[in-house]
Parts: sequence; structure tokens; C-alpha cells
Amino acid sequence: MDATLRRTPLYERHVAAGARLVPFAGWEMPVQYEGVIPEHLAVRSDAGAFDVSHMGQLHVDGPASGPFLQSMLSNDLERIGDGEAQYTLLTNEDGGIVDDLIVYRMSAGQFLLVVNAGNRRTVYDWLKEPEARGTEVRDASDEYALVAVQGPRSLERLGLAEAPAFTHGMGEVGGIEVMVCRTGYTGETGVELLCPGDEAAALWDAVRERGVKPCGLGARDTLRLEVCYPLHGQDLTSETDAISAGLGWACGLETEFTGAEALRRLKADGPERKLVAFVMEERAIPRHGMTIEGGGEVTSGTHSPSLDVGIGMGYVPAARAVPETELVVDVRGRSRLARIVKKPIYKKEP
Amino acid sequence: MPDESYPDDLRYHPEHDWARVEGEEAVLGITWYAQDSLGELVHFEAPEVGMTVSKDGPYAEVESVKAVSDVIAPLSGEVLEVNEKAVDEPEAINADPYGDGWLVRIRLSDAAEADGLLDAEAYRAQVAEQ
Repeated sequence: MDATLRRTPLYERHVAAGARLVPFAGWEMPVQYEGVIPEHLAVRSDAGAFDVSHMGQLHVDGPASGPFLQSMLSNDLERIGDGEAQYTLLTNEDGGIVDDLIVYRMSAGQFLLVVNAGNRRTVYDWLKEPEARGTEVRDASDEYALVAVQGPRSLERLGLAEAPAFTHGMGEVGGIEVMVCRTGYTGETGVELLCPGDEAAALWDAVRERGVKPCGLGARDTLRLEVCYPLHGQDLTSETDAISAGLGWACGLETEFTGAEALRRLKADGPERKLVAFVMEERAIPRHGMTIEGGGEVTSGTHSPSLDVGIGMGYVPAARAVPETELVVDVRGRSRLARIVKKPIYKKEP
Repeated sequence: MPDESYPDDLRYHPEHDWARVEGEEAVLGITWYAQDSLGELVHFEAPEVGMTVSKDGPYAEVESVKAVSDVIAPLSGEVLEVNEKAVDEPEAINADPYGDGWLVRIRLSDAAEADGLLDAEAYRAQVAEQ
């Protein structure tokens, strides 16, 4: 394995558990333990744990930090109060997506940003350069570990009380004090637990002892795609804008932030193409980068373990971006039929 | 998942494919090592019956959740039959790579080609080095 790859504080635990490790965004990460499918299904029916310590954490503090972030991030930060969190985008002047992230508000002058592993440096630079007086941006990623515990039985297994989604607070799991974030990337109830790196192994062991199945990045990808959570670097890039990506809901277009003007114009004019979700009608598995006939492209594709069928997301001309529309995906030279569906692709049974 | 095994009665291609020669015909599949490396298989893109396959060339694809892989023909010939069970339930390839999980039956165009394949002992030695 490449010696320059970074390892999380849980690396030894993954090796001991027999995980298959792969390079991901500069990190050596577990892609699977037992297998993608059993791990995926455990999260849908019970609970699974993911080491997501590769993700970045930036502290943005100071009396001017709120207005500063409001001027940089797409969503309206005033919609959330202390102890709440918000999905938001860092956009460029064209409305292109530099990263998608979650901002946690501790207080009016204290924010935590959890950003994608591969964009940690970019986001830091993006915020540090225009850092306003009365604001301090600090990359604290190396101090923390992050463990996501997701699934309908996750809270019960961890002994945590229910709480609304997109809230956070301090809590305790297995005697370890953690920041309990009611957020995730699976479409299931669950938490993301943030703790100091040197306590990560003890936290992981405590989570495992409660019968939570260890899951790799393979299942994380199939889970998020079934519920149509976009992945930066595939579905979202600095070349794709928030409106075309269907993320207008994460943009406070009445506020002023970098790219707001471009996004308002895009919304008024209507985007040329839109990010849609689709299900294969014929046996085939769509993959990132495949062509969709008539001017489209698959940005994410996989086999859905819940539905046992090929699923994907991709950009298609706006006129065709209507549920039930048939698409033809070029699967390595073979034309295979797919059908656009309403998001999410996988809906939990009521 | 079954335990690792490479039956003595099969011939092996270095690209992790096996052949069971039965007179003028042969049954083809992928080895335990191949299915283990790929992980849980969810799709078998089978060739058409009647198609010609060429030794060392790709004739089908198998896909796991994460990746797609060409299947290399250990021998040349014409496809007589496709294992529909492997098409309908690709997990059969993981569960029983030398039995229920066979891929195709071919009519050999050159039976002597089999002499160029590895025996089980030689293939096991190759896998041990990987």
C-alpha cells in the first residue's frame, strides 16, 4: 500500500477486523469488512458503524464568524440556532460547488464545519484567504475522529435518546464524552460521534460491543446513492452548480454569498441540465462517467442492495428530467434502458 | 463463502479462470481467488450462445457492487450454453465457483490448447505469490 496514504486512529482496528483497505482521497480506508451487501442491509434493518475520521473539521470562531460564514456559504445560516446543524454549500462566483458540508452552530461566535476529506485543504484555503477581522478559521481535522452509527436501531443500541435531525449536543457513549451529531449519509436514523483522536479506539470498541456492525466505504456509497445524497467529486463539482444539482433548497438565495447572483440567474432562467435519479430497466450496472444518450452523463452508479437492481444519478437535459422518462445508458458499448424516478430511489416502508 | 480451493481435475489460466475439459467440450468459470478478490458478485454479463471465444481474450464480464471485471477465456471455442443460474443469481458464482457457479460451456476449436494451461499445483503456487 502507498506509504504516503494517511491512516485514521482506527486503522489498527480495521486491520484486526480483517477489513479490505483501499486508497480513498489520500487515506487508507476500509471499503468493506464482511461484504458490502450484508453491511448495507445491516444499516437498513439494524445498525452499522463507519469510520469517517478522514473527513475534515474546521473551527470558525470569533464575533464576526456568523456574518463571515453567511457571506461564504449558500444556505441561510440564520435559519439555525445554537445546537443545530445545516447542510450547506461552498460555492464559487459561477455558483459551482467547491464542497458540500455540514455546519454545526455551537454559539453565535462558534461554528464547526465538517467537510469532505478530499476538499479539506481547498475549503480551508477558500475560507482562510478572505478570513474577516474578528474571525479565526482553524483546521482541527487531525485532532478528531468521527464515527457514524446509522440505522433504525442505532440509538437503542448506543443508549442515546431520540433527538431531531440536524441537531447536536455533548453526550456519552461507553464512558467517552462525544459530540453527538444527529446527521448522517445513509437515509437512516443515526448519529455521527466526534471525539478526540486518542479516544477513538475506545469509542469504536464500545460501539462494537453494543452489537453494531462495522461497515466500510462500499456500503456508505450504496446507502447514500439509494437515498440520492450527492457525492462531491462525482455528482457535484466546481463545474456543476447548485440549481442544476437540485440543491436550490440548500441555497438562501435572498442572502448574499459568493455565487448568489449566478445562482439567482440560473434559477430564474432554468438550468440547461438537471441531476436526476434513475433505475435500470434492463440488467446492467451504471457507473460513474458512462454516457446517457441524448446528451447526458452518469455521475454515480451502483447495484442497489435494497432493491437488487442497478441504480444511478446523472445529468440530463432539463427538458428530459421528468420522472418516468426512459433513458439509454451506454454500458461499455451496450445500450441499456433505464427510467428516471423521483428521488429518493429507495423509500423506507412506512 | 466457501473455503479457498483449486480442484485437481481442472486446468487454470493465469488470469484466474478455470476449464473443465470434457472430450470435445469444456466448461469455463472463474476461480475461488477471482471471486474472492471481486467480492459479492451482482451481475454476470454473459456472451451469446453461438459466439466464438478466443483463448486469452475477454468473453464476459462479472461485476461486484464496486467494480467490473473482464472474464478471460482459458480456451478457444464456440459457446454452446450459458449458465442461466449465474445470470439470475450471480451470488452462485461466489457460493460455488466450480459447481453451480460455472459460466459457459464451449465446443473446443483446438483441444491441444489445454496443454498450455496450468495444473492445480502450478496455479496454487501462482496464487500464493499474490
